[in-house]
Amino acid sequence: MTPTRRRTLKVLGATLGASAFAYAMEPLQAFTNNLTLDEFLQGHFRELTPEALAAAIARLEAETREKHGREVTIRADLPIEGVEFGYALNLSICVGCRKCAEACHIENNHDRASNNSYIRVFEMKQGSMDFENGHADYEHAVPAQDKFYLPVQCQQCDNPPCTKVCPVEATWQEPDGIVVVDYNWCIGCRYCEAACPYHARRFNWTAPEIASEDINPNQGYLSNRIRPQGVVEKCTFCLHRTRRGELPACLEACPTGARVFGNLLDPNSEIRWVLANKRVFVLKEELGTRPRFFYFFDK
Amino acid sequence: MSLRVLVLMLPLSATGCGPDDVPRSFASQRGSASGEVEINVPAKLYSIESDRLDPLGRPIRIACATCHSTKESAVVPQSPADLQDFHMGLAFDHGSNRCASCHVSEPRRAPELRLADGTHVPMTEAMQLCAQCHGPQYRDYKAGAHGGMSGSWDLSRGNRRRNNCVDCHDPHVPRTPAVQPAARMRDRLPVAVPPAEEAAR
Repeated sequence: MTPTRRRTLKVLGATLGASAFAYAMEPLQAFTNNLTLDEFLQGHFRELTPEALAAAIARLEAETREKHGREVTIRADLPIEGVEFGYALNLSICVGCRKCAEACHIENNHDRASNNSYIRVFEMKQGSMDFENGHADYEHAVPAQDKFYLPVQCQQCDNPPCTKVCPVEATWQEPDGIVVVDYNWCIGCRYCEAACPYHARRFNWTAPEIASEDINPNQGYLSNRIRPQGVVEKCTFCLHRTRRGELPACLEACPTGARVFGNLLDPNSEIRWVLANKRVFVLKEELGTRPRFFYFFDK
Repeated sequence: MSLRVLVLMLPLSATGCGPDDVPRSFASQRGSASGEVEINVPAKLYSIESDRLDPLGRPIRIACATCHSTKESAVVPQSPADLQDFHMGLAFDHGSNRCASCHVSEPRRAPELRLADGTHVPMTEAMQLCAQCHGPQYRDYKAGAHGGMSGSWDLSRGNRRRNNCVDCHDPHVPRTPAVQPAARMRDRLPVAVPPAEEAAR
């Protein structure tokens, strides 16, 4: 074969093309290094057979053991029939101490460096419900003069805007009203984060870092198991606790007793007493999201 | 409101519970549930801190009855300023109440509380006393909407533990003191400085 101008250009072009392709595909290499074949092939949570779910849970538990050096139990508790969870918060009592946010941080295995939490406590000007005047970054002693404190977490809307925008149906509402995310199905587009009027969703910019002794080993598949990088997460009313009859961690941590939790479908529950006897309101009612999280003032 | 009172014979603590101050609990007033609600009985209702420390550095508590059931007590004073030998340094800021508005001390008896109608109740029944003036709070408490709880959200699924009034409120200085909040979240939003704090800088 004699080297002709035509052949040389062909070879040169093919080499350049191949290296450009390899360079473009390089990030995928790093991505697939973190992704096992089983994980890649795993189906949507709601389509998993009991065997596939058990296998997925066993794999996640093994991964936690390997990556974080901690034995954990991941459960996929089902919604309880006849139960729809509701939450109420007494704004006359809340002092803004952020103990709820701290308990959430610990209970839900949040990234320690960012001090992430599903609860953001706003310091609001008394007499105003305008979030423009609210600040969640206060550092002074609380309660401050002429302020009230408004903790905001997922409102578990009955008409959730966040689930509708998900292009892959990785987030949905469960029969007990809790909006959940399948962390293994989420593609991290953050549409839901943008759609939420309450700023209740969080994005895992990095893989959460937690010391193994700080990990809460009581985990739920749809709630507080350690999230991978690049997925969205949110408050689930601690469904790994509440679906077993326990109270959410934020309620137990509240030192002032401002929080009330219970079954909206049980006419004798504490939450129903609050709805019947207090002047409750919801945040951004005009948006028609129909939250299951209610606020009230005593006076 | 009817309140079915169950008396739970819990192990008596070493700090000297007498027969008068047995920890109590009440079952759900709503009937359907089987779980029990237990109300805390904090140690300050039957004992007092002394100036001595135990080997772990905690103040040793002395049961009220240790002194009051053996000695003749002085007349209950008007205000803490009148105290001369015992209970010195007691802060008091709770309306226009006098010591005797709530306390009785009869010779050689454990100290008791006096309700508005003159009935004497043991110290551990302090909630009855608080409820006389703070009715709305007591109503909310009984409905599970005040005071917080831990355990189960549904009494048919488990038990529940409730705070006592005096767990959160110091009966002598009931106003909650200011606290430093837990650390804030360091998310990727820029920190907005409230205008008031900006002006102070």
